[in-house]
Amino acid sequence: MSEEKLIRIKHLCKNYELEMSFFSELHDLGVIEILTVKETYFIHEDEINILEKVVRMHKELHINLAGVDAVLNLLDKINALNSKLTDLKNRLKLYEE
Amino acid sequence: MAFIDYYKTLGIDKKASQEDIKKAYRKLARKYHPDLNPNDKEAEKKFKQISEANEVLSNAENRKKYDQYGKDWKHADEFNNARQQSSSGFQNRNTGGFSESEYSDFFESMFGGAGQRRGNIQYKGQDFHAELHLDLKDVYETHKRTLTVNGKNIRLTIPAGVENGQVIKIKGHGGEGLNGGPNGDLIIKFSITNHTKFKRSKSNLYTTVDLDLFTALLGGEITVDTFDNKVKLKVKPETQSGTKVKLKGKGFPVYKKDGTFGDLYITYNIKLPTKLSDKEKELFNELAKLRSK
Repeated sequence: MSEEKLIRIKHLCKNYELEMSFFSELHDLGVIEILTVKETYFIHEDEINILEKVVRMHKELHINLAGVDAVLNLLDKINALNSKLTDLKNRLKLYEE
Repeated sequence: MAFIDYYKTLGIDKKASQEDIKKAYRKLARKYHPDLNPNDKEAEKKFKQISEANEVLSNAENRKKYDQYGKDWKHADEFNNARQQSSSGFQNRNTGGFSESEYSDFFESMFGGAGQRRGNIQYKGQDFHAELHLDLKDVYETHKRTLTVNGKNIRLTIPAGVENGQVIKIKGHGGEGLNGGPNGDLIIKFSITNHTKFKRSKSNLYTTVDLDLFTALLGGEITVDTFDNKVKLKVKPETQSGTKVKLKGKGFPVYKKDGTFGDLYITYNIKLPTKLSDKEKELFNELAKLRSK
């Protein structure tokens, strides 16, 4: 994994006004992956989207991190169901005149 | 521009306490927040409305101004004064991924520009959502298209085989980030209309071909249309109506697998002859007699 694509958690803590424990808890919940390079903690830039979503839900909706994890899992399920629904709608067109 | 009843928006009474406002806002925010309702424009609109209502009513000073001048917002002089006093009245609007210019005209008239609503927190810019309408023929081959989003031209490669309802994300082509945050993404949903005689399911195509009675009975060779060409096909003798034939690799391109195609399924529909001549009737009678022996 290229180090250029890693973002220091220290920088994110400052940027989002968060404690390190916030990231540790997300890592423990399996929401993000913390990477350690030379005793410095990072997350991969691809995880910024999910992190921002978590921050918004936590700060704006006052949902605790376990709740956010549950919401993310449900959203994944909704996405999968929506894809399936689109696929089924497309297949249904086969039988419509 | 119409008056907006912020109390009604939050579903609270005019005498509601700050705690009631906070509770009502949080309850509605949890219901309509865009992160919980992805791609739901109605929920997004509703969330903006409740955020705006909360921003005014949760600030004692602004609530007072709204209660005092709200219904008479067209009295510009009074509002100019109110506007000057309110320039620093809003902080940290909880919009999560929205641009700053999405307040109602009513809000802008009454409270002026957005001012400094957020702290120094960097946020990713707003994701832009667009729907691209294409014809099935357009997505048979990979092609480039130029889209204009918010005045910017974006050259987009549309891979062959893209599906109706499929969504693709183009990183960094959404709204600008706040306080130096990254740009949002452009999310494009494809809406593909099919005006061809082929029905599509992923990369497979389906069509019905009429077959005359004699070819169906005796066999022969016919020419059928594929999506982009024609092929010759041998018909077996005594082919029944509804028989399906698979033409391997003559279907639609497989998404992001260059040179790979699905299959074309042909269903035979046997057309019986009409307006029979006397001679034909006589011959069919003879055939019928032969079959009944």
